[in-house]
Amino acid sequence: MDVRAQVSMTFHLDKCIGCHTCSVACKNIWTDREGTEYMWWNNVETKPGTGYPTKWEDQEQYKGGWQPKGETIQLRVANKASTFANIFHQPHLPTIDDYYEPWTYKYSDLFDSPEGDDQPTARPVSLITGEHIDINSGPNWDDDLSGSMIYAANDPNFNGLTAGQKEAFFELERMVLYYLPRICNHCLNPACVASCPSGALHKRGEDGIVLLDQEVCRAWRFCISACPYKKSYFNWKTGKSEKCILCFPRLESGQPPACFHSCVGRIRYLGVVLYDADKIEAYASAPESELLERQRDMILDPHDPEVIKAAEESGVHFSMVESAQKSPVYKFVKEWKMALPLHPEFRTLPMLFYIPPLLPVLGYIEKGLYNVDTNDYFTSLDKARVPLKYLANMFTAGNEEQIQGVLEKLLAVRTYRRAEEVGDVEAGKLEEMFKKTGLTAEMCEEIFRLTALPTYEERFVVPPMHREAAAELLAEDAYDFKAEVGIGGFKDRPGRGS
Amino acid sequence: MTSDQLLFGVFPYLCIIIAIGGSIWRFTSDRFSYSSLSSQFLESKQLFWGSVAWHYGILGILTVHLVGLLIPDSILWWNTVPMRMYVMEVTGFTLALFTLVGLLFLIYRRFRHARIRAVTSRMDLVLLGVLLIQVVTGLGIAIFYRWGSSWYAAYAVPYLWSIFTLKPNVSLVSNLPWLVNIHILNAFVMILIIPFTRLVHFLSVPVEFAWRPNQLVRWYKREKVVGPGV
Repeated sequence: MDVRAQVSMTFHLDKCIGCHTCSVACKNIWTDREGTEYMWWNNVETKPGTGYPTKWEDQEQYKGGWQPKGETIQLRVANKASTFANIFHQPHLPTIDDYYEPWTYKYSDLFDSPEGDDQPTARPVSLITGEHIDINSGPNWDDDLSGSMIYAANDPNFNGLTAGQKEAFFELERMVLYYLPRICNHCLNPACVASCPSGALHKRGEDGIVLLDQEVCRAWRFCISACPYKKSYFNWKTGKSEKCILCFPRLESGQPPACFHSCVGRIRYLGVVLYDADKIEAYASAPESELLERQRDMILDPHDPEVIKAAEESGVHFSMVESAQKSPVYKFVKEWKMALPLHPEFRTLPMLFYIPPLLPVLGYIEKGLYNVDTNDYFTSLDKARVPLKYLANMFTAGNEEQIQGVLEKLLAVRTYRRAEEVGDVEAGKLEEMFKKTGLTAEMCEEIFRLTALPTYEERFVVPPMHREAAAELLAEDAYDFKAEVGIGGFKDRPGRGS
Repeated sequence: MTSDQLLFGVFPYLCIIIAIGGSIWRFTSDRFSYSSLSSQFLESKQLFWGSVAWHYGILGILTVHLVGLLIPDSILWWNTVPMRMYVMEVTGFTLALFTLVGLLFLIYRRFRHARIRAVTSRMDLVLLGVLLIQVVTGLGIAIFYRWGSSWYAAYAVPYLWSIFTLKPNVSLVSNLPWLVNIHILNAFVMILIIPFTRLVHFLSVPVEFAWRPNQLVRWYKREKVVGPGV
């Protein structure tokens, strides 16, 4: 058993209000430089919708992630031989038009235009060429447009839905949407790392954060295609790829990443989980129907003495194990089995888990009317406005039973709270739900508290990164780094010229 | 010292020393700038026709040059039968044609698209110019001098070895046609500009990728930590 620690995440989609504060917080810190304007390491998509870059989930087009090959798996974009053969022109690389051409406005025209009969305007100009452009698309171009026949109709997750189910999505009266905030999943089996010819991409051993060494990257561009979530981006200015770093400088000083910290809906949870690295390849190669279960199996119980012993033998600091014991992610993913990976069928073992949305389950009666009767506000899942198949395509590789299990738990927690607060739940109904979901009143209470009333410290269990010791780990003498600036001694210390 | 000695006896050493020293200096002081600087993300369709033709053409040509450099007798032996010499010349000509078409495509693409112009540096233009001279003179030799390949093996290769062994023998090449001489001198210019252009990318051919494992993990320091759990 090779135990490793992974800083892991859970997003509660029922709580996301689609305000994009996370995206803006991230952009202001990391991607406001030339060449990165188009990058959104954190973005929020409207679902159903085509997302960013457009139709990123369609791997027939983008060739991201892994595919089964015999007993094991291989990258969809290229094997070792075709990586070398295609290095001069990577046939599946998305271009900037799949994202959008970044622009600004020529504000100076508002002040410098000569006096005339018309109001001066600030025309949009490309941030790449500086020339005037007509803006045809942008990030979140389909924000809140889930009923749109142009955008939502092209959502790859509609595979396998009946014509009737699809139609129901686009009845304006029944229009339904939810938000999907996305960052790098810091996968256990990252396709970007496997695809990088230079070896620039790597996982940090101590916390599992996937990083891209800018000094090693040579712009061979395979990570862009290989990441099925399209979370590795090409900086067209510097000729280097860049990606989400999970704000590791913040984590190292005990703060959660900026997108977590700024989240208005408080939908984000962060904590460490322990996993067995020996199982990565075998579990990522499991049959599609077993992928979700295997990924859960891989996460180890941080209270198990055997696991703790193995962790320390593998070099995981005990403070990391202690942190894992308090992890909200462990509770949502493993204990309660409520949080699901996004598109497990990509086989990268993503470590960002989503609690699927329940709210649109508002019961439909007929002729576009809903049941808003408070007696039966959350009606049965059969009448759900979001067909289970759609959610299953996103979170359980198409398995409707698994997604239904999670939604039933969410319903049980609500019913439990209604019984507590209002007291009008029919006798026996709650017991029946408990029996079906395996939850208890105590668990429901704990889920409710962690969902609705968690404190800052409960949402973000940032592990001690031992930054104070990191400098000593990098060199024999910690004073070697005195007066240096930048991350990891990137720049020379200021000195007198010779 | 005659101008021939300057050009063929001194200039090559200058180029090689600056190239080696410059590449080491750039790698140690500004490793971030080592990149192929691919512009495929901004324009992909035309790059295919330019880049693929160019790179496969030039790889083939460099391989043949390298074989000639290491085993010059193999070329001379091959060329003893006229028919075989024609095969050699036609192969070289075809590969050179690939590089020329690819290079012209790349030059056209670089000027044609505003996005590509936005990421074009002055040294990119210098590089394209040097490469164009090299390809055109190489192609010219293939067209106008049918025994070009034999000349390479019989004169240019001994000259190159005389450079490498620090006993430059200028007379071996100084009397060759001017087209050949430009080709030789420009080759050294090409070496000279390696550290100052994106040519550095060929110094970082990712050979290790062929056998490395899929997943890479970097530890600051990994050791067994004895804590309360053990």
